[in-house]
Amino acid sequence: MNVLVCISKVPDTTSKIQFTDGNSKFDENGVTWIMNPTDEWYALVRGVEIKEAAGGKVTVINVGDSSNDQIIRKALAIGADAAVRIDANPTDAYFVAGQIAEYAKDKNFDIIITGKETIDYNSGVVASMIAEFLDLPHVSVAEKLELNGNSATITREIEGGSEEVSLETPFVLGANKGLAEQRIPNMRGIMMARKKPIDVIPAYDSVNALTATVQYEPPKPREAVKLVGSAQELVDLLHNEAKAI
Amino acid sequence: MSVLVYIELDGGKIKKSSMEATAYAAAYAKSAGSSVTALALGLADSAELASLGEYGASKVLHLNNAQLDKFDAQVVTKLIADAVAAEGASVVVMSHNYAGKHISGRLSARINAGMVAGANGLPDTTNGFVVKKGCFSGKGFGYFNITSDKKILSIAPNSFTVEKVGGTASVEAFSAEVPANKITVNKQDKMEGGIPLTEAELVVSAGRGLKGPENWGMVEDMAGILGAATACSRPVSDIGWRPHHEHVGQTGIAIAPNLYIAIGISGAIQHLAGVNQSKTIVVINKDPEAPFFKAADYGIVGDAFEVIPQLNEALKNHKANN
Repeated sequence: MNVLVCISKVPDTTSKIQFTDGNSKFDENGVTWIMNPTDEWYALVRGVEIKEAAGGKVTVINVGDSSNDQIIRKALAIGADAAVRIDANPTDAYFVAGQIAEYAKDKNFDIIITGKETIDYNSGVVASMIAEFLDLPHVSVAEKLELNGNSATITREIEGGSEEVSLETPFVLGANKGLAEQRIPNMRGIMMARKKPIDVIPAYDSVNALTATVQYEPPKPREAVKLVGSAQELVDLLHNEAKAI
Repeated sequence: MSVLVYIELDGGKIKKSSMEATAYAAAYAKSAGSSVTALALGLADSAELASLGEYGASKVLHLNNAQLDKFDAQVVTKLIADAVAAEGASVVVMSHNYAGKHISGRLSARINAGMVAGANGLPDTTNGFVVKKGCFSGKGFGYFNITSDKKILSIAPNSFTVEKVGGTASVEAFSAEVPANKITVNKQDKMEGGIPLTEAELVVSAGRGLKGPENWGMVEDMAGILGAATACSRPVSDIGWRPHHEHVGQTGIAIAPNLYIAIGISGAIQHLAGVNQSKTIVVINKDPEAPFFKAADYGIVGDAFEVIPQLNEALKNHKANN
């Protein structure tokens, strides 16, 4: 199996999110960057498992500048064989998906995997965009994948439950919890990752972003919690003040 | 230049999320001096579809084809693109639910339309086409200008107040070539009855503080009294006390109900990421230091096993009198 795993760099889950320049920019000061959790824990590890079971190769791809090499090295340490970085600012989902699709279109990947969504922009649409650009089927918010030759059975989340579907490779997968178990890179993996090259390529001119960031806004601060002494008092407040019931 | 809204059907019935999308499309169309055409794919009767007029659709295009009751995003995307071309639509609206997440991105790539996924509020067209959405897992909002001619908005569930404007939509047969599905749906495992979490306006959620799955009866009672959905924290779904589809948080489902009641959940940052856009948050926890209290509007410090039965009683009385 020839597997492509798409990884993104995001602020760590516990980062304080702040904006600067009159709320026009994300404030990178003091932010710890990580590989997007669902990309790392589920998409990448499931990709590596596929290779371990069926042979083949796992390539990771990222759109971003050289500061992303740190998360790419981690992906190589977890078990990816090769890495590609498209050297461009990941402006919007359409741009990122379009760049990845341009790279992938003549490489005969059997399975392309992304995380279900990034924890910074929370759109969850890159997998579906790559699939459409490449005219492939895709299944997202996948929590289970079984492969039998080129046939796949996938369980995905739907409203209030799950759905089991089957399809043939090649396809695109959006990975969620359940698909694999997180792996911590070991020393051997880290050492080997140092020897694996990161292929840096320029952006494809044929794909441009279709949206522009205008500004950001912090959420309205919640007022301090009102602690109440009785259930009746709570019901009254929910009805009269919050108008929630 | 109509606004096209994608209607999701479930057993021939219009999903609530699609009514919300229709009302949103109608509000935008009104401001733009345009009208709303709805596209429904799959088996449904005309009376059901005509009811979209109540939410502001003037016309419904219907492709009455049983194949489309089995969801394949690639097929649906092709048909929406056909409808966009047939109607000369410039803006496409749908819900940002599971189906919307599958289709909206594909459609964006197919017709080269910029999109905002999980839109929160109507577009501001005074200077471009600027749409607000939640970012950074509930820790901020962003305003994005869609610069392409065609635009796609998938709207965050429960973010738009649905108002019935009255009226009946005309229902027209829509004809288009339907390609074969590449995805076969083998089976569905869905909750029986109750309200799916993703569509709920009120949510009652519980965590490890309940000590065991056998104690969820009082949580389900509360949900029943309120007409709420039930949810849970990650540890509770990981150890199998509750089904996975109830797990809210970073790796579960992100929700934004009008009311979120959290019982016996400490409020880890990964859990907050899934619920911090709820309009009102109530926390019930016996530990006054639980971090969740900092993110709550109302709180009761107390043992769930004492507080919940009292609260259920008070809610029951409230419902009986209101």
